[in-house]
Amino acid sequence: MFEVLATRQLSDAVFEMKVAAPAVAAKAHAGQFFILRVDAEGERVPFTFSDWSAEEGWIRFIFMRVGLTTHKLTHLAAGDFLADVAGPLGVPSHAGGLGRVAVVGGGVGAAVAYPVARAMCAAGDEVTVILGARNAELLILEDEFRALPLKDLVVMTDDGSAGRHGLVTAPLKELCETGAIDHAMAIGPAIMMKFCAATTKEFAVPTVVSLNPIMVDGTGMCGACRVSVGGEMKFGCVDGPDFDGHLVDFEELMSRQRVYVDDERVADAEFSKGCSCGL
Amino acid sequence: MRPVDETPKPRHRPVKGTRIPMRENDPLERIASFTEVGLGYDAAEAHTEAMRCLQCAKPPCVDGCPVHIDIKGFIGKIIEGDECAGVEVLKTRNALPAACGRVCPQEEQCEASCVLQRTGQPIAIGRLERYLGDFDLARVPAERCRPEIAPASGKRVAVVGSGPAGLACAGELAMRGHGVTVFESLHVPGGVLVYGIPEFRLPKALVQAEIDMLAEIGVRIVTDAVVGTTYTIDDLLTAEGFDAAFIGSGAGLPIFSGIPGENLNGVYSSNEFLTRVNLMRAYEFPRSDTPVWRGRTVAVVGGGNVAMDAARTALRLGAAHVMLVYRRAEEEMPARHEEVHHARQEGVEFVMLCSPQEVLGRDGFVTGMRVTRMELGEPDESGRRAPMCVIGSEFDLECDTVIMALGTRANPLLAKAAPDLELDKRGYIVTDADGATNLPGVYAGGDIVTGSATVIRAMGAGKDAARAMDAWLRRS
Ligand SMILES: Cc1cc2nc3c(=O)[nH]c(=O)nc-3n(C[C@H](O)[C@H](O)[C@H](O)COP(=O)(O)OP(=O)(O)OC[C@H]3O[C@@H](n4cnc5c(N)ncnc54)[C@H](O)[C@@H]3O)c2cc1C
Ligand code: FES
Repeated sequence: MFEVLATRQLSDAVFEMKVAAPAVAAKAHAGQFFILRVDAEGERVPFTFSDWSAEEGWIRFIFMRVGLTTHKLTHLAAGDFLADVAGPLGVPSHAGGLGRVAVVGGGVGAAVAYPVARAMCAAGDEVTVILGARNAELLILEDEFRALPLKDLVVMTDDGSAGRHGLVTAPLKELCETGAIDHAMAIGPAIMMKFCAATTKEFAVPTVVSLNPIMVDGTGMCGACRVSVGGEMKFGCVDGPDFDGHLVDFEELMSRQRVYVDDERVADAEFSKGCSCGL
Repeated sequence: MRPVDETPKPRHRPVKGTRIPMRENDPLERIASFTEVGLGYDAAEAHTEAMRCLQCAKPPCVDGCPVHIDIKGFIGKIIEGDECAGVEVLKTRNALPAACGRVCPQEEQCEASCVLQRTGQPIAIGRLERYLGDFDLARVPAERCRPEIAPASGKRVAVVGSGPAGLACAGELAMRGHGVTVFESLHVPGGVLVYGIPEFRLPKALVQAEIDMLAEIGVRIVTDAVVGTTYTIDDLLTAEGFDAAFIGSGAGLPIFSGIPGENLNGVYSSNEFLTRVNLMRAYEFPRSDTPVWRGRTVAVVGGGNVAMDAARTALRLGAAHVMLVYRRAEEEMPARHEEVHHARQEGVEFVMLCSPQEVLGRDGFVTGMRVTRMELGEPDESGRRAPMCVIGSEFDLECDTVIMALGTRANPLLAKAAPDLELDKRGYIVTDADGATNLPGVYAGGDIVTGSATVIRAMGAGKDAARAMDAWLRRS
């Protein structure tokens, strides 16, 4: 059992949770994830670390309430317990020696982008962060990013309610056009990563994306997480989650992410019957 | 140990007769649920079957057993009506009799070597083993057959993986007085016994009961501990302070066929399909949270136990039609005969001598599988006749789910974090006959050494390594 230490609601549907998991925190690196199960009936679901402390023995992650597991998570408060936390899993994101990098964090992907950008800064890379969200309300971690020694922070919202009006690909394209970046990294919804990769490809700027396929064990045992990269089958959990964005088959990823949408709706509806949280 | 009984026993007179069949649930009823298929022997049936045993002076069945269980001995105890003593005999070599009695390929091992095999009616050793295993588990824990525990040695051993190899090793080491902690990456211990082999063949409560017995003799089990990331082998032997380690991490990596269409929705590795259903209990969805794609028409590719388990599981999830597609002939399927028989009884269609060429799909979902017919050529190194494509014989099977049961490979996760550990070309751990790896104090056994094998072999490897580790620990 893993104790919830704190929770925080970042926006209407976005939450942050801090959990005691000393063994996991001791080994965590930027870009890695862990698998959790909420309770005895829970599904095994991967979440990427948004932060951790090896000294204090905690990990933190940010999630959007989209289905049953995340719904159940919103019901937990400090002092409650998660049934399982296993990790860290996956290959850490590459930091250092990248030169001038643009890190794009879209939606909850910003939570993953944060430790990655921090690691890159610490490793001496020159980092520009592009933070995107549908609207101001959904924008997360802006203050945390501002506290990093970034070259620049560009905030984008789809509706213009904060920062610049438009998609993250616009400033990314400008950076490419002016030759201002040597590398890019995009973390967010598959569709956003797809367009980021398409944007940088034109300028041959090497681009890493952090994929989020459906997983079960997270250790290479089942193949649920398989993705096509450059025509080859890779396992997202052990070969990734970072891959060359110019080689990823995003259409396939998006199709595979949708396999259980109907089931998820059923399960969440079933759970919501007995719950009055209104989320 | 109980005192030796000195009173002369009446001479055993074998009773001639045919094997006592094991009662089973009706095929049509049982495919509607995940309840166990075989019901086991009751005391009278077990006794009648045991009475058929010749109690040979040199029992060949014992040599047929990969771990040399004293089969004659435990059957002798059933004949005498002393089940408790029978369990004791069994448990000296087999830590998991209730499981092995259910899943060992007896027809290729002990029962194949039985003298009565010549009559076509070998002793039902597996069923008798199961009878004793269940007898033991049915008792209240305090009355169960408990091994004697040696005085504490003060040494601590880390066991990686809680499949049959790890559990057997842990049990044996604990008995020898060592402090044992098992590290398991999943949230439930048991390895393939819980995530692979289905409930209807091996009830999970029974596996849990065998594991609880280990806890009672002092074995500690830490779940959610991925060795290779949460802890490395090196961490265990240094920071965590263990004196030795045993690696029984299994051969978990699923093999895919590499044909086009394999990433369509509705294509599963048998590992994923079975893990969702067994470990995550997707068959209870939405009472449990994990879903599984429930196909109407399912094609399972392969011919081993895993393929049979996947096919029979698909039926129980409500598939109207399940096909088993295998590239060789039926006689060559490596699955246990009982599983093949049960699969057929339950209505699985055997599509033999066919090899998949492509998974067909529409809008990202499976709609069928293109296969080509095969014919058997000359025998290959394994003595089996190699299947060859019949040119131009392709045809399409209609299905909405494809399950690839093509075997597994070594999972590199643990070894990647132990660069000095010697592996063979295929990534399996290299050990000597005692299970010792090239690293001092690090032993290994089970599927991670041999490649996918059997429960009994993994268990035997775990026990043998434990003995060698015991000697090593006492020396060092
Ligand atoms: C579906 C199926 C049906 C089968 N049917 C039969 C049958 O009928 N009869 C038979 O004899 N055999 C059968 N087998 C084979 C048999 O189950 C295996 O040979 C046996 O379980 C191997 O035991 P093991 O202990 O080596 O590994 P496993 O049972 O695979 O256990 C390994 C354990 O280690 C854990 N692990 C892996 N990596 C790590 C890590 N890095 N850190 C921590 N833990 C880790 C795994 O999660 C797992 O729990 C079947 C196999 C399958 C998949
Ligand atoms: S999640 Fe099972 S192999 Fe990646």
